[in-house]
Amino acid sequence: MTVPPTDTSHPDYFHRVVDCQWACPAHTDVPEYIRLIALGQFSDAYIVNRESNVFPGILGRVCDRPCEPACRRGRVEDKPVAICRLKRVAADHKDDISSRLPVIPAQKNGRKVACIGAGPASLTVANDLLPLGYEVVVFEQWDKPGGLMRTNIPAFRLPETVLAEEIGYIEQMGAQIRYNSRIDSLRQLLETGGFDAVFVGSGAPKGKELKLPGRTEGGANIHIGINWLESVAFKHLDRIGEKVLIIGVGNTAMDCCRSSLRLGAREVKVMARKPRQFFKASEWELEDAESENVEIVVNHSPKAFVVEDGKLKGMLFEQMAYDFDGRGRITAERVTGETFIAADDVILAIGQENAFPWIENDLGIEFDQWHVPVVDVTTHQSTRPGVFFGGDAAFGPKNIIWAVEHGHQAAISIHNHCMGQPVTERLPPTLNLSSRKMGLHEWSYKNDYNPVERRLVPHVSLVERFKKISIEVELGFDAEQTAKEVERCLNCDIQTVFEAKACIECDACIDICPTDCLTITQNGEEAELSQRLKAPRKHPHQPLYVSAPLKHTGRVMVKDEDLCVHCGLCAERCPTAAWDMQKSKINLPHANDHQWPSPQQRKTA
Amino acid sequence: MSFINKPKVRHPDLPQNQLGLTRRDYEGAMSTLCAGCGHDSVTSSITQAIWELNLRPEQLAKLSGIGCSSKTTAYFASGAHGFNSVHGRMPSIAAGANAANKDLHYIGVSGDGDSLSIGFGQFAHAIRRNVNMLYICENNGVYGLTKGQFSASADIGTRSKKGEENRQAPVDPCLAALSLGGSFIARSFSGDREQLVPLIKAGLMHKGFAMIDVISPCVTFNDHVGSTKSYEFTREHYHEAVHTDYIPARTEITASYGAGEVLPVQMHDGSQLRLRKLDKDYDPNHRGKAFEYLRTRLRQGEHVTGLIFLSPGHDPDMHEMLHTTDVPLNQVPYEQLHPGAAGLASILKRYA
Repeated sequence: MTVPPTDTSHPDYFHRVVDCQWACPAHTDVPEYIRLIALGQFSDAYIVNRESNVFPGILGRVCDRPCEPACRRGRVEDKPVAICRLKRVAADHKDDISSRLPVIPAQKNGRKVACIGAGPASLTVANDLLPLGYEVVVFEQWDKPGGLMRTNIPAFRLPETVLAEEIGYIEQMGAQIRYNSRIDSLRQLLETGGFDAVFVGSGAPKGKELKLPGRTEGGANIHIGINWLESVAFKHLDRIGEKVLIIGVGNTAMDCCRSSLRLGAREVKVMARKPRQFFKASEWELEDAESENVEIVVNHSPKAFVVEDGKLKGMLFEQMAYDFDGRGRITAERVTGETFIAADDVILAIGQENAFPWIENDLGIEFDQWHVPVVDVTTHQSTRPGVFFGGDAAFGPKNIIWAVEHGHQAAISIHNHCMGQPVTERLPPTLNLSSRKMGLHEWSYKNDYNPVERRLVPHVSLVERFKKISIEVELGFDAEQTAKEVERCLNCDIQTVFEAKACIECDACIDICPTDCLTITQNGEEAELSQRLKAPRKHPHQPLYVSAPLKHTGRVMVKDEDLCVHCGLCAERCPTAAWDMQKSKINLPHANDHQWPSPQQRKTA
Repeated sequence: MSFINKPKVRHPDLPQNQLGLTRRDYEGAMSTLCAGCGHDSVTSSITQAIWELNLRPEQLAKLSGIGCSSKTTAYFASGAHGFNSVHGRMPSIAAGANAANKDLHYIGVSGDGDSLSIGFGQFAHAIRRNVNMLYICENNGVYGLTKGQFSASADIGTRSKKGEENRQAPVDPCLAALSLGGSFIARSFSGDREQLVPLIKAGLMHKGFAMIDVISPCVTFNDHVGSTKSYEFTREHYHEAVHTDYIPARTEITASYGAGEVLPVQMHDGSQLRLRKLDKDYDPNHRGKAFEYLRTRLRQGEHVTGLIFLSPGHDPDMHEMLHTTDVPLNQVPYEQLHPGAAGLASILKRYA
């Protein structure tokens, strides 16, 4: 069995080659916006971002960055391109883009959609539906929009002005946000609201509890992380004790410990049950916390809160030891001792859950055994037609960029639902390829490999940053750093496209390829063929391109996409232009690409 | 020719040779030859061969004359010694360098113009002297650097890019070398790396003059229909008579061959060549038969490839014939090399 010729006409093939875009839940066209930043076209770069991720300024600061671990540069060298920080550059340096926001039709389509919670998912639904003439009403329990982006991310990481600006665009587009309007009964909304569809984007607002002895007695100084952050965000709380313990090592824990330092804590310890490799927090958030002298204590399992005379004194921990197997998994654990650590306050940051006390049982909306709603992963529709879920409310806690993508997908479903189309009727992604060849050896992109290392983003000094909780710690790249960092992008969307018919098997491409990703060889079974490549196949999950048989010898051209640096030398050295460098543009349909005649129009037709 | 240099970045798991070097460490300057030139493939095969032989670049001397082919030496082993001579005079420079330092490995890269026209006399005498070197003739049948006129190796009946037919008899470097007493004569094709790399290794380790005629298509002026040295024609009229495997010294020999199929040849450094006869009746140790075989196949329009002839006896190289010192001459102290006034007088006395 030989490998059949790779079908590169399927949009997924070249999409996968653009690792960052493929990894991004919203599939942001990263290489394109990095090139625009390189050209100084910050507003254009911002708009490219906004089309897919809606909140470039916010995400350029606090995104979970699934793109970066995926980045090819991280495989070719060591560190990926600082994609997230470049996004912020576009957002910080753009001009006024309000004239470039989607045009909102004066003539509405007569359909009304309710969104519950003014977080990223709901706001994305509004962003996608308003240009189609929908009336979108967003119900928000607080007096400010943003959801967990505002309540759970401290201002020193995400300034209020950035939130206000980007949410402001959506209000400017006509989203009606009803503040201080908590929904207490979905039934009431469904029966009396007059909405054609309801989108639930209310997040996962319930912090997990740690039921240990002393929890009730010491309650005044024991806080649930996300609630505590919320109180800080709304300035209901501006002090904490000198000695603070944070239980848990997720990203919320990092926000809690760093916030504590800004509210008067002197000694902050983050307590982890397991060793570092099991931490849930992103590596960079751990680094940021540690650089502020937060101590992270591993292998300590909480045992009890110690309360004396009705006052919390600290916590009792069991010291843990673990055994591992060859793959680093824990096979056994033991308690080796016990220790007391003094504390004035304890913050619990051990996870959060969905909570829907306001959804009645008899509305036809089913929940699973963990009280998570039963939601279709593609359409986001619940078991009740016309009610959709997205963001953390749909499948449990994820992150902002996932919430945005949920919003996009739910918006398509809502649009279909309102236009009388099946929610499953969705356009497939499409692909455009266009050559970047300008002349004999000229390409309309910068193909030279720059070996420069990843730039480090500057931070406000350790003395300055603690003066106020609203001082943003990260400063963003300066012009020089930006100029260097953009050069690190490998332009993975400038694809190597091969035409087997034209190849004369002169080996020129094979010889010139700096990372040895090309091989001409006899076809064979994939596993065996992979053994005969010019350089070892390092990451078998990366796509392998196999051409049609070549005309002179019937051998095949094989390309391991893994480490291709998209320098274009194969195309430059090809005498017959069998290789060409072509830009791939992946079009991922949003709600406005689904153009249905409105139900009234169809009736009259 | 390319506008950007080949980036230094490399595959992180590229294998290393015994010196801890990767193939990339044996690269040279960026080629300025036409895209698709066979010569660039030859460069790559040379790079591969010297990497596999674990040679340090400074153990190597690269020599060339003039022509597209002669640019090749710039494109591999930047750390090696090198000399780019006037047109056709590379064999003299090689002989001179080899006379001074016989410890280096010499690679001369020439072409059909440089070797078979202007430098034909030089080529012939280097073979006669059995200079210990590898001589690669990148043979494309045209003068590429002057826009594609027929060269001395153009076959009768081959057509130029404009359509004219060649009527003059070609000089075949392998036949010429056979008749001049060459001790190692091979032909290969730039597009057949599996054949060429072991031949280069064998040629470098052969003590004496090793000549490899490499059909190396000129992608710009001689890769059209009607050409007998195009990629397509060569692949179709390609006849491998003998395949050579190069077995380094101290390698456990695991492959087994049927009797009579394989001729093992011991090299002076302990390595071994194993000649696999793909044409049963062919005898690569018989100069006369080799000559006849080549002529017959040539008349049939076929390119016979492989190690065409390997001298079965011991053919003394230039140094043996001249009875030079065991220590390379450039390392003999000046006092010993120079007889001095008294020494000269005593020598002259012999002729008095």
